Amino acid sequence: MKPIIEIKNIGKKYKIGVHRGYLSLREQLASKTAHAIKSLTRGNKNNDKENDEFWALRDVSFNVNEGETIGIIGRNGAGKSTLLKILSKITPPTTGKIALRGRVASLLEVGTGFHPELTGRENIYLNGTILGMTRAEISKKFDEIVAFSEIEKFLDTPVKRYSSGMYVRLAFAVAAHLEPEILLVDEVLAVGDAEFQKKCLGKMGDVAQEGRTVLFVSHNMGAIRQLCNSGILLTEGKIAALGKTDIVVDAYLQTIATSHPTDGGVIASNDKFGIALKKVDLLNNKGVESPVLQAGAAGFICLVLETTSPQKNLLVSIAVNTLNDTRVCILHTGISDNRGVDLQPPAARLLCHLPKVPFLPGKYRLHIKIAEANGDTIFNVPYATEIAVEGGDFFGTGKLPDVTWAGVALVEHTWQVT
Amino acid sequence: MQSKESIIEPPKKFIHIEWREFWAYRDLFLVMAWRDISVRYKQTLLGVLWIILQPVMTMAVFTFIFNRMAGIESGDGTPYPIFLYTGLLLWQYFSSTVNNSAQSMVANASLIQKVYFPRLIIPATSVTTAFVDLAVSSAILVVMMAYYGFMPQLVGVAIIPLLLLIVTFTALGIGLFLASLNVKYRDVRYALPFFINIGFYVTPVIYPAAMLDKYPVVKTLFLCLNPMASVINGARTGLLGRSTIEWDTLAVSLFVSIIYFLFGLFYFRRTESYFADIA
Repeated sequence: MKPIIEIKNIGKKYKIGVHRGYLSLREQLASKTAHAIKSLTRGNKNNDKENDEFWALRDVSFNVNEGETIGIIGRNGAGKSTLLKILSKITPPTTGKIALRGRVASLLEVGTGFHPELTGRENIYLNGTILGMTRAEISKKFDEIVAFSEIEKFLDTPVKRYSSGMYVRLAFAVAAHLEPEILLVDEVLAVGDAEFQKKCLGKMGDVAQEGRTVLFVSHNMGAIRQLCNSGILLTEGKIAALGKTDIVVDAYLQTIATSHPTDGGVIASNDKFGIALKKVDLLNNKGVESPVLQAGAAGFICLVLETTSPQKNLLVSIAVNTLNDTRVCILHTGISDNRGVDLQPPAARLLCHLPKVPFLPGKYRLHIKIAEANGDTIFNVPYATEIAVEGGDFFGTGKLPDVTWAGVALVEHTWQVT
Repeated sequence: MQSKESIIEPPKKFIHIEWREFWAYRDLFLVMAWRDISVRYKQTLLGVLWIILQPVMTMAVFTFIFNRMAGIESGDGTPYPIFLYTGLLLWQYFSSTVNNSAQSMVANASLIQKVYFPRLIIPATSVTTAFVDLAVSSAILVVMMAYYGFMPQLVGVAIIPLLLLIVTFTALGIGLFLASLNVKYRDVRYALPFFINIGFYVTPVIYPAAMLDKYPVVKTLFLCLNPMASVINGARTGLLGRSTIEWDTLAVSLFVSIIYFLFGLFYFRRTESYFADIA
């Protein structure tokens, strides 16, 4: 059987300065004139032209078979969104050819085309037709959409009076009821609160289970690992890795880890004590630097410190907060270790070992405090750094908690009947 | 959503209009048109009354200024207010179509960058709002005709679709061209109101076309470039019926309006694929 998506040598060229923002006619005329004068005086035309060009994608080729769910990963500006925009026909490629064998729907944003003055009911029709449904299809699914969005009571209220949560729920409800054969999804999970993100992930999982073909762009490696059978890593517009999700995600994490800035920066310091916190690293269970911790696996939070003189009996604490500033826990040397930390100059690494990372996938902020043995603060760094935790097999059962269940921590437990 | 098996390639030099695709998206066209109409007078006190108020008040003020003060007459004995109102209606239909469609692509830039659909739908829906306005404010014309005792000639009523077709082709042609231009050069936003204003005075709206007879060169030029002149003239003779319809000038206007339309359409199609990149 032919692949459902065939992508051959796709390239996309932008002219720098033109693709961002618009030009007024005067500016355009001015630059044309300047250009003409320059080429008259210097006699070369093509040099500037080459420099103004930028390839967002270059020679990208791959095939997708029906029913596959592919995660597209890469850093910002690697070309992920450009690729989805080309596949959704929003912008044409400069080179190459794509064959799509099925109905395509793209979800590059939640709530595209929502009009604030129109009611929820009206916006369901508006947004639905914009996403490619017919009015008949929407009418058929109308009740389902409303039930999913949980906004029955406000169906005839203009959406400008909705809370942002209601707005996003309604928007996602419409999108979730598209029934394309090929679904293109861009980082839509980045909007909304944690609970909503989890609901979206759950729905995405369902879509993948139903045998549709999904191309999914995300920075959430946990979601990618959970949903996708294979992955594509884009680096500077080219395919850097392609294959099994785990391998591609690891390759991506490696590229991030190796590019950590080592600019001698300091997060916090105290000159009187001669102590400085240089950076905070995460190490995986093998002690190798990693941008994320994996739930259920071992991991280390590593504080890279410098000191000019030997230090005795320091109290070090790391407070872990969610992005909403809910305290998850405090990791404190004085309590869990029941002793202070000794440091020798010039530099030391203080490792906090988590034998089984108990956090749910997501992002957390670390507040770091170092104090003397008597409790006097040496320095206190709120929001010292942000860390990411990806999903993992915490309970060793091969099952993950449903992503729609809210929470922040995984708690070890057993069940028995007595 | 797109049909089975589609190919995406760099844009070709040769342009063709995908009518079948446009037809497949007819629901989107209807819903967008309905959105534009229903959103317009939300949270206004007078609501739909504004559609009527605008031309009626313009008529009152213009009658006073141009007829009473400046002494401009309809030339054939038709009462000036109804003479003026007929012209105003068609001119407003024309100018709001041009205006709406010229601004439409920029106004919907966020949509264009996030979803694919035939781009033509957006400027095309601009026609519908202007058309609804025309239909509503025509009611006043009917009332005025009854008041002044005008019975339109049958042929006068029969040519209305033709007249509207000419106006729509012309307005949409100009609008499509300006809509694409506006995506790249926002100068359009500033230049357009000015040119529409000029257009109003070089079109026989407040004065009869017969006044141009003294300037044969200007009259020929108007006839060739400005289909609105003969459309308004045709509507007046047809509905208010003091002379015979000038079929030859209407034929020229129809031809010119088709040229405008095709030019706008092809210019739009040639540039549309890059809208998402530069909007």
